[in-house]
Amino acid sequence: MKKFIARRLAIAVIVMLGASLLSFLLLYLAPGNPAHAILTAQLGHDPSLEEVAFFMAKHDLNNPFLVQCSQWLYMITHVNLGMSFRTGEPVLVEFIDRFPATFELASASMLIAVLIAIPVGILSALKQNSMLDHISRLVSLLGVSMPNFWLGLLLILFFSLKLGWFPCFGYGTLSHLVLPAITLGTGLAAPLMRLMRASMLEVLRQDYIRTARSKGLSEQVVMWKHGFKNALIPVITHMGMQIGHLLAGAVIVETIFAWPGVGKFLVDAIYARDYPVIQGFVLIIALFFVLSNLAVDILYTYLDPRIRYDVENGK
Amino acid sequence: MSLYLELKKDKPAMLGIVIIIFFGSIAVFAPYIVPHDPLELNLEERLLSPTVDHPMGTDNLGRDVLSRVIYGTRVSLSMSVAVVTVVMVLGITIGTAAGYFGGLVDDVIMRVVDVLLAFPSIILALVIAGLLGPSLTNVMIALGAIWWVSYSRIVRGSVLSIKEKEFVEAARAMGCSDVYIVRRHILPNVLSPVIVLATLDMGHIILSIAALSFLGLGAQPPVPEWGTMLNEGRPFMETAPHLMIFPGLMIMITVLAFNFLGDGLRDALDPRMKEGAIK
Repeated sequence: MKKFIARRLAIAVIVMLGASLLSFLLLYLAPGNPAHAILTAQLGHDPSLEEVAFFMAKHDLNNPFLVQCSQWLYMITHVNLGMSFRTGEPVLVEFIDRFPATFELASASMLIAVLIAIPVGILSALKQNSMLDHISRLVSLLGVSMPNFWLGLLLILFFSLKLGWFPCFGYGTLSHLVLPAITLGTGLAAPLMRLMRASMLEVLRQDYIRTARSKGLSEQVVMWKHGFKNALIPVITHMGMQIGHLLAGAVIVETIFAWPGVGKFLVDAIYARDYPVIQGFVLIIALFFVLSNLAVDILYTYLDPRIRYDVENGK
Repeated sequence: MSLYLELKKDKPAMLGIVIIIFFGSIAVFAPYIVPHDPLELNLEERLLSPTVDHPMGTDNLGRDVLSRVIYGTRVSLSMSVAVVTVVMVLGITIGTAAGYFGGLVDDVIMRVVDVLLAFPSIILALVIAGLLGPSLTNVMIALGAIWWVSYSRIVRGSVLSIKEKEFVEAARAMGCSDVYIVRRHILPNVLSPVIVLATLDMGHIILSIAALSFLGLGAQPPVPEWGTMLNEGRPFMETAPHLMIFPGLMIMITVLAFNFLGDGLRDALDPRMKEGAIK
């Protein structure tokens, strides 16, 4: 067990190192001169050659590849992601400032997804092939097939423009949160529901459920204590792995609803070619993703004692 | 043949095939069936609601939405087919190399795969497309550059198990070359999981292309791409909701069709995955 965790940690470190190199390479190899783009945006006219040269020197953009690369690695090991070209603030500060808004959106969406997916998934499995089962499966397939941004636009169209129930963009009150959270949450709910249903059906077919029934336990106890608890394991894993994807989904939803979170700032940085912000944000998101997957893997061994990782099964 | 019989029983999968064939023919014959020129401006007929002449209305520049939606099938289907093809070729080549040769080649490739998997794919695509500059070609490059990863993993897995089989050993003992063994014995056996994955991925890829275009990073106006159309129609949402509804519906129906077919193929090719079994 300890060995497994140590091995997973070692791989995570290698992956993070690779991720930081990749986030550097992406921007180093990008065509176009960032200095030119940023100065044009700042000055409102084409910058002169001197201005570009000054900007490049100020931000160390003239150094050779290996120097820039090691500077970047040195910086990130010292928890320094550089300064935003646009705002002049440290990238890390920009991220921390915006993270609470994204976190709020992500947790509300996750909550909505769980509240929809788990009860519907279980009901669908218990009443397999009933009308309810067919409808919920069709709806979840529609949910998977629907572009998230389109759902967001439709919600704005009906609930804020036509009915005037919720504001169509912005941040602050609970009513601002409703539409973006529903948009992001339903996207999560659809696959989660399919998984909950499949997992419940699989568990109900197991021998220990038959044993529980045959020793005379009530259907309630069989379903909840033996069925539901075991069926939940893959669902929890899936939810853990969705954390990174939540951040990714937030990018589009935040852009539609002008939600002042990490995702919107990243998209704005991409439009403005704010290299340090792109590099830094992409790296932080990747680290988040790696760490949450690692946490899920480790948690999994505690949730399901049948799983043993010390046996290396092939490679 | 048995695959076809298996699929024939699967109603959603058949419906998926019918829709895909229908949209595919619309895409091919677009120039002959559009009622209007999709790029023709007509400032006197701006933002019209659906009428007999314009069944899906007109946009803010007076262009016929139906004609643009029809041309949109062309853009979306051809782009996603191109991306899936590139991704399959890359994934199969890289995955086979990793699985067949093993050792250092395998280690290096798998570490690169691990690193790429550390990023949520849409974020990486967004950044690459944004840095390369907004255009359809760059969106294709961005998606191709990241999407091969899952294919190479699956291919590597199947190659690893196939290369231990007796028939491969026999071929090697007879002195067949690596290239021959891979082509004759390994590739035919790894293709079926890859095809299922590709069908299911068509939907994801169509969605990603539309999302990136919606963010302004993909197709540029006046190209009639569905995501771009939604982006262009957005400011007129209140007065002309039809600009919002039809392109989105088209995306959803197309993706749904590929998901129906993909699910059906998966069930047909791998009965263990059927109804209820854990995916």
